[in-house]
Amino acid sequence: MTGHVHRDDQGAKLGMWLFLVTEIVLFGGLFIAYSYMRHRYPGEFHLGGEELNVTLGVINTLVLLTSSLTVVLSIVAIQRAERGRAIAFLSTTVVLGLTFLVIKGFEWAAKFHHGLYPGAAHLATLPPGEQVFFGLYFTMTGLHGLHVLVGICVLAVLAVMVATRSIRQDRYIHLENGGLYWHLVDVIWIFLLPLFYLAA
Amino acid sequence: MNATTHDALEHVDAHPGYGTFVKVWAALVMLTGLLVWMSHFGQSYAVWGLLTLTPLKAGLVLYFFMHLRYEGPLLKGVILIALGTLLIFFALLFADVAFH
Repeated sequence: MTGHVHRDDQGAKLGMWLFLVTEIVLFGGLFIAYSYMRHRYPGEFHLGGEELNVTLGVINTLVLLTSSLTVVLSIVAIQRAERGRAIAFLSTTVVLGLTFLVIKGFEWAAKFHHGLYPGAAHLATLPPGEQVFFGLYFTMTGLHGLHVLVGICVLAVLAVMVATRSIRQDRYIHLENGGLYWHLVDVIWIFLLPLFYLAA
Repeated sequence: MNATTHDALEHVDAHPGYGTFVKVWAALVMLTGLLVWMSHFGQSYAVWGLLTLTPLKAGLVLYFFMHLRYEGPLLKGVILIALGTLLIFFALLFADVAFH
């Protein structure tokens, strides 16, 4: 029995899903807050939504959807023992994640420039509903952006683990769990796009 | 040994290939295009898109990319309970709002 390493891939995956459930509940609470406030301030939310750049929102959606594809393709590659391809897919995912953050950075910078951020003197002069809209916008996209940042770090570590053969064809649960986290980040953005950019 | 190798190969073959996921990605991109197109017709269309196409997109990611399609009833049950709980909270919120 010397050298025996206990592994429970199903247990690891279940644990990851339970963590993701807590994330769903976390963002779910914010979605509920958004729904109530949108119901209370429909006109102000409409005005707030018009201030957002739909083109950048849609581009970022395509970026994240594509990054979700590349991360799942990296799992297919590792299942087929195509190590180089798996690293290439993971690296692409990291680059796409960074692209998302850069685009989001430009968006936020424009809002800051126009004084549309919580605590800004200009925002304080706007109706309460618009203040709530931008408060929720920065809270939800900020929390999501933080998750993207964490995901990028996790995926970068996973790429190194694939390169060093810690993750390989017969042992890739870490990659699967990292991928699950990234996909959830994608799912949350799928909801954020229409909530803020299209249907506000 | 042969049996083990055979089992391993069968296991590998059971995994979906690159093509399946590329098709799902193409569907997600098309649904995004449809959602944006619908929103051009006004706010009510955008809200209908939000309520129909967005859960469909999320479902595709959960079902295919997150491999729920290939998981057992335990994991599926965990997700359904979580989403069901969230839906109950939404229903309670709007029931409360409706009677104010």
